[in-house]
Amino acid sequence: MRTWALIRKELASYFAGPLVYVVVGAFLLATGYRFYTTLNSYVTFGFGMNILENFWQDFFVNHIGFYLLIVVPLFTMRLIAEERRLGTIELLYTYPLRDGEIMAAKFIACLLVFLVFLAGTLLYPAIVYAIQPFDPSPFVARYLGTILFLASCIACGLFVSSLTESQVVASSCTFVLLLLFWIITWNEAAVSSTWLTALGQLSTFDHFFSFARGVIDLKDVTYFVLFIALFLFLTLRSMESRHWRGRR
Amino acid sequence: MIEVQGLVKDFGATRAVAGVSFSVRAGEIMGLLGPNGSGKTTIMRVLTGFFPPSEGRVTIDGLDVEEHTLAVRERIGYLPENTVLYPDLSVRRFLTFCAEVKGVPSGTRRARIDEVMQACGLTEVATKLIGKLSKGYRQRVGIAQAVIHRPRVLVLDEPTVGLDPRQIVDIRSLIKSLGGSTTILLSTHILPEVSMTCERVIIIDYGRIIAEDTADGLTRRLQGSHETRARIAGPRDAVLQSLRALPDLDDVREEPATDGVVTVIVRSARGDEARRALSARVVEQGWGLLEVRPLPMTLEDLFVRLVRSEREAGA
Repeated sequence: MRTWALIRKELASYFAGPLVYVVVGAFLLATGYRFYTTLNSYVTFGFGMNILENFWQDFFVNHIGFYLLIVVPLFTMRLIAEERRLGTIELLYTYPLRDGEIMAAKFIACLLVFLVFLAGTLLYPAIVYAIQPFDPSPFVARYLGTILFLASCIACGLFVSSLTESQVVASSCTFVLLLLFWIITWNEAAVSSTWLTALGQLSTFDHFFSFARGVIDLKDVTYFVLFIALFLFLTLRSMESRHWRGRR
Repeated sequence: MIEVQGLVKDFGATRAVAGVSFSVRAGEIMGLLGPNGSGKTTIMRVLTGFFPPSEGRVTIDGLDVEEHTLAVRERIGYLPENTVLYPDLSVRRFLTFCAEVKGVPSGTRRARIDEVMQACGLTEVATKLIGKLSKGYRQRVGIAQAVIHRPRVLVLDEPTVGLDPRQIVDIRSLIKSLGGSTTILLSTHILPEVSMTCERVIIIDYGRIIAEDTADGLTRRLQGSHETRARIAGPRDAVLQSLRALPDLDDVREEPATDGVVTVIVRSARGDEARRALSARVVEQGWGLLEVRPLPMTLEDLFVRLVRSEREAGA
């Protein structure tokens, strides 16, 4: 009940400003453009390949996933940093709310806003389906993977936002951190194969990739759940630091 | 209602509050007076459950703030210093949020919000965004969010700072109207504020209590000094000589004079008696007594005196 009230307040703040509308618009414009051009190139040059499978895999990882990685920091940067800068966090910390409830409300509200983003992308498979019906079941895995990846990015951004009062610092640090987890295995020649396997376990890109193929692997689900849990735990510790640091 | 015993709060190597004990009875308005950085805000943050004390015990309505943090927070309304609220929410939206979080039952929520907005004079700005309000209105919203759930204890950190004189009068009468049914602890660094609103006062400096008194007692202490300003129409040299000869006056200092009027600042430990002697002397010499005014003591003066008397007591 109290958490729900907090979620509604968060949503009211999101939709009071232009940020959501601008970013949703830009995101759908970018993914829509890439949907059209990528599909076009697969159809033109992709003879002999399993067009649909390769296309969707490419599209989810390189376009939807990567664009989310870019826009998530824009939304998570204000979550706690803004409240600390304004001083409103002092109200929340003295209202009958547990730290965990405050954190959960912020996490869930941000996730809800992004589900609006993702709902927009359902249009792309719908268009292809209208032209040529296909088996939609791999999309369960693709969207589950996207949501888990999204939630991981938000958890990471929430943590970084709890460390600073500056939104610019919060968004740039979140972006760098998310990008690092994304490209960590990209330069395969730089490390030995043992290291590559180890780094592969840490890479959001590698784990997201198998979802994009249309496969739900428990290993990948566990990875993202642990990723989210780790950053939420760190966020709670960071919120508690006011007990000994004295700053809000 | 509020019991504080041996409260200590450390931040790293810094001791912000160094062993403070006091209690506030139900329905009382207690003032916490001290200069900036003296530990007022830290004490209030411990009371409101913002952070736990390093040592000592604080209970509100019999509940320990550390063990029963949420229950304590439900009983407290808190107005933080420099109230900056959510600028992108409207007044009504924000108060609705506060009422929901603080557990005002949904059936009576709307009526309660209307009632509080009425009491705080916010009805006409209900749909405005908080960011667009003047500082006085924002302060009222701050008080409205603090009282929305009918708390038994109100903690107000510098409630009148940064307001213009009319707004200050409004806020003070609003606070006084809440007294009686609600226990109020308010902090300030403005001396007259205490005597106008509070029944009892605690004076703190460097994280410890240096005096505790009733508002009347404090006012008496302040008048017990001190300086009187007098404007006398008479020959300058004769006036000064004559006043300096009075046994009741410890010191007579001359202010820059204007055509035929001598302005003096007279210091004496025997306030009213000194003023009586002074006026009698002026009358008996046949000069004109244009003004006799006790000079109010500033917080700085009070501190210097209190700290000095504490040192003397220690020595």
